[in-house]
Amino acid sequence: MAEPGPLLRIDNLHRHFDVSPPAFERLLRGKPRALLKAVNGVSFSIGRGETFALVGESGCGKSTIARLVVGLYRPTAGHVLFDGRELSRRDGRRDAALLRGRLQMIFQDPFASLNPRWRVRSIIAEPLRTQRLVAGNAALRERVAELLSQVHLSPADGDKFPHEFSGGQRQRISIARALASNPEFLVCDEPTSALDVSIQSQILNLMKDLQRQLGLTYLFISHNLAVIYQMADHVGVMYLGRLVEIATAERLFATPRHPYTRLLLDTIPSIETIGRDRPSVAGEMPNPIDPPPGCGFHPRCPFANDRCRHERPEPVDDGGTLVACHAVEEGRLAGRPIQRTG
Amino acid sequence: MSSTLVCGSIASRWALADLASSAGAQRWHLALHRVFDSDLWWSFRRSPVTVGAAVISLVMVAAALLAGWIAPHDPFDPASLNLLDATNPPAWLPGGSWRFPLGTDDQGRDILSAILYGSRLSLGIGFAAVLLAMALGVTLGLIAGWRGGLVDTIIMRIADVKLSFPAILIALLIDGVARAMVPHDAQTEIASLVVIAAIVLSSWVQYARTVRASAMVERDKEYIQAARMIGVRPVRIVVGHLLPNAIGPVLVVATINLALAILTEATLSFLGVGLPPTQPSLGTLIRNGNDYLLSGDWWISIFPGVALAVLILSINLLGDWLRDALNPKLR
Amino acid sequence: MTGPVLRVENLRVQLPNRRGILTAIDNVSFAIEPGEVLGIVGESGAGKSMTGAANIGLLEPPLRVAGGRISLAGRRIDNLPDGAMRRIRGREISAIFQDPLTSLNPLYTVGRQLVETIRTHLDLPPAAARERALSLLREVGIAGGDQRIDHYPHQFSGGMRQRIVIALAIAANPRLIIADEPTTALDVSIQAQIIALLKRLSRDHGTAIMLITHDMGVIAETAHRVAVMYAGRIVEIGKVREIVGNPRHPYTRGLMGSIPRIGGARGRLRQVEGAMPRLNEIPPGCPFNPRCPEAFDGCRQRRPELMPTGSGSAACWLYDKSAASMAAVADG
Repeated sequence: MAEPGPLLRIDNLHRHFDVSPPAFERLLRGKPRALLKAVNGVSFSIGRGETFALVGESGCGKSTIARLVVGLYRPTAGHVLFDGRELSRRDGRRDAALLRGRLQMIFQDPFASLNPRWRVRSIIAEPLRTQRLVAGNAALRERVAELLSQVHLSPADGDKFPHEFSGGQRQRISIARALASNPEFLVCDEPTSALDVSIQSQILNLMKDLQRQLGLTYLFISHNLAVIYQMADHVGVMYLGRLVEIATAERLFATPRHPYTRLLLDTIPSIETIGRDRPSVAGEMPNPIDPPPGCGFHPRCPFANDRCRHERPEPVDDGGTLVACHAVEEGRLAGRPIQRTG
Repeated sequence: MSSTLVCGSIASRWALADLASSAGAQRWHLALHRVFDSDLWWSFRRSPVTVGAAVISLVMVAAALLAGWIAPHDPFDPASLNLLDATNPPAWLPGGSWRFPLGTDDQGRDILSAILYGSRLSLGIGFAAVLLAMALGVTLGLIAGWRGGLVDTIIMRIADVKLSFPAILIALLIDGVARAMVPHDAQTEIASLVVIAAIVLSSWVQYARTVRASAMVERDKEYIQAARMIGVRPVRIVVGHLLPNAIGPVLVVATINLALAILTEATLSFLGVGLPPTQPSLGTLIRNGNDYLLSGDWWISIFPGVALAVLILSINLLGDWLRDALNPKLR
Repeated sequence: MTGPVLRVENLRVQLPNRRGILTAIDNVSFAIEPGEVLGIVGESGAGKSMTGAANIGLLEPPLRVAGGRISLAGRRIDNLPDGAMRRIRGREISAIFQDPLTSLNPLYTVGRQLVETIRTHLDLPPAAARERALSLLREVGIAGGDQRIDHYPHQFSGGMRQRIVIALAIAANPRLIIADEPTTALDVSIQAQIIALLKRLSRDHGTAIMLITHDMGVIAETAHRVAVMYAGRIVEIGKVREIVGNPRHPYTRGLMGSIPRIGGARGRLRQVEGAMPRLNEIPPGCPFNPRCPEAFDGCRQRRPELMPTGSGSAACWLYDKSAASMAAVADG
């Protein structure tokens, strides 16, 4: 049945998008082809029952990875292995429906992730029908009611349309739909980013409870480090399509290694640092179509040297944390604890 | 809102046909209640022009449908015609009688009855043409919008080519081809089909483009991705998920195109390449009466003309209102 | 200049629709001193953006100001005719919105938009206006202004565009800037830069800033005082340190408690049950009472006004020292 080893393994994953101008324009104006390397060689693995978080700013490729894992995109190179089996081969053949039911996704936008013309019970029943998990209408109705209760909605809510619910409630409906096929693995793409803070904590608590009750494994994507602190066991930090640091949550927050991780932790506005006059931080994320050579972070890095400008760093084990940084590798940078007030 | 509600109910019902068995009647009641409580209905009631247009359209459609019962005469039964009744003026003019309220034509046919029967034909052809054009255009638009890439390019280039021809020209072309291909005696029977085909082929592009635009927007939305993730087959995604969300603007186009279809048929018949004189639509009636316009028997042509104009105007006004009312929701 | 830059008293904004009149903002009062940053924080639907829009006269009809007064430097502005309000807008009050992409006209160069704004409000000849535009770009931290002034908005990154929007906002040296979610659409590391810029501007020019956001972290770092809004009303107002460190109103407490923090134990997050009521479903009495863990009978009957709590004010019966019928008044 279940094989030992990680539930999900990503191996040197690449995903490129061709964003060249149309052939005509290229001919007329001599413009070159443009390739957006959204995911540029990413590897990590997720064990059963754990929560692995991918964090990074917009444009770093984390959402692309989410879609690669669930099969909405096909990889340009590399492998996605779920429970030891290759998830989708590049010739387009999909794996069995069996595999599909085990892996589900929760989306960011609670307004766009539910069909506005369908009733809630139809939305939740769709995976049950498509995968023929339940036989007969009575059983279907019962299962839908059960799922709604599991996410703390009432079975009567099944008759309503999505627009009659608030953002937080819609996200619960999305979760109910994802749970319908009894998955083992949930990819959560910024599930609470579009929600108010007080609703966010309701949904995060719900997700934690469900993980405990159903033994779920989560790939949790977010740009919010505080949320990740609360939810994740392991964290991967992404920048310009590559993983710059992977560590357990404890180690990442206590002793961040990579300069970008430190930048993130230093600059997030936090209610704990009232009236702080932070040091001004340079630069913005470069255009992923034309990334800097060598280490993608070197234009903004206070520790960049010549090697950083030419040679791309590979991940290196630094006391249990994987870091892709020449400065760390060369010992120019020691891990330092972050000062936290309160 | 009501149209989308209908689509929503249809889609839900299609997806869960068996689940809805028990409380069926109660659901209809609830649905109707929702319609009359909706913003769309409220906006409808507030606009007197629209209400007037709707009433007139309904009256004309009803009259046309019931032509067989309410028309005082059957103008196409040669046995009932009497040449002595020919070219009677309308009832309120000297020489007219209330037996023929709007007068008669050169063959003794009652103009009022002719208008009723003619409207039936015009409306029938108009509705059929619009429905078929919608079916063709929506299907092609959905395929183009969903697949994208080469399929999309091919379909859209065909559409562009079609658009470069004026609609009437295309209709004439098809009509000419049909006449050449079909033996003479069969022509009168299939005349209405030819007219419908002509209108369909000259108007499908609007639907295709509208649906394609909506489909391209909706295709990237997360509920479609969720359906793909669940493993729903593409055809079912397109019909069950995409179609109900893309159909809104199409209904507006269809309403306005109905008027256009009727007018196109009238034009074709007037030009002599539409329906033959034995199956008079409003256009044929106008054509027939054209010859008598200058000789003083104006009613033969004017009354059918007025009927046509009123019908088209009221349908157009309805379409205008529908477009404005649905607009903020067409996101 | 003495006295507050902006004084809002008993502001009421209503939305008439076919089912009646909805009150979107209900009896809101606050003031902003020169050089002060007042944060207006709340969740979606609380009415904070509408408050900003009402102050600058940009409420979309059928929304309308139905009561109260708004005074700018002592002068009443809520009842001005359109022409007079237009002169004030941009010159004395300016605004920064969330999405820098749509705040700038993509068809005109940055320089042209700056110069246009400058010349609309200040009577300067073109050359002097361009000089001022260049100095504004320098002030908001855009390097290479001499070349970049002739670039189009799409040639700048998101953070840069927001800086340009800020430059437009300060072009005529306004007394008050209304910033509606100025950092929400930006990356985390850029947010910090924009916050620093706003703080520096308010310090150097004495500009008052109304900072509207749902992000308490941004408020904590930028604002001096903060007003917490719920269902169209201010439920608590006071110094940022107090509100964040020692919130009095149960909603504020719930809000602060549910913000995830780095550091400390990782257990269940504190959550507030239920959701903010819609405008047409606001319960009688205190609007928060269905969700409040400390609600009692009086809360369901009468609506509390802002009452002093020692460090600021909160609209909560728990702090009502006068009524004898209230049971066990909490001390906060």
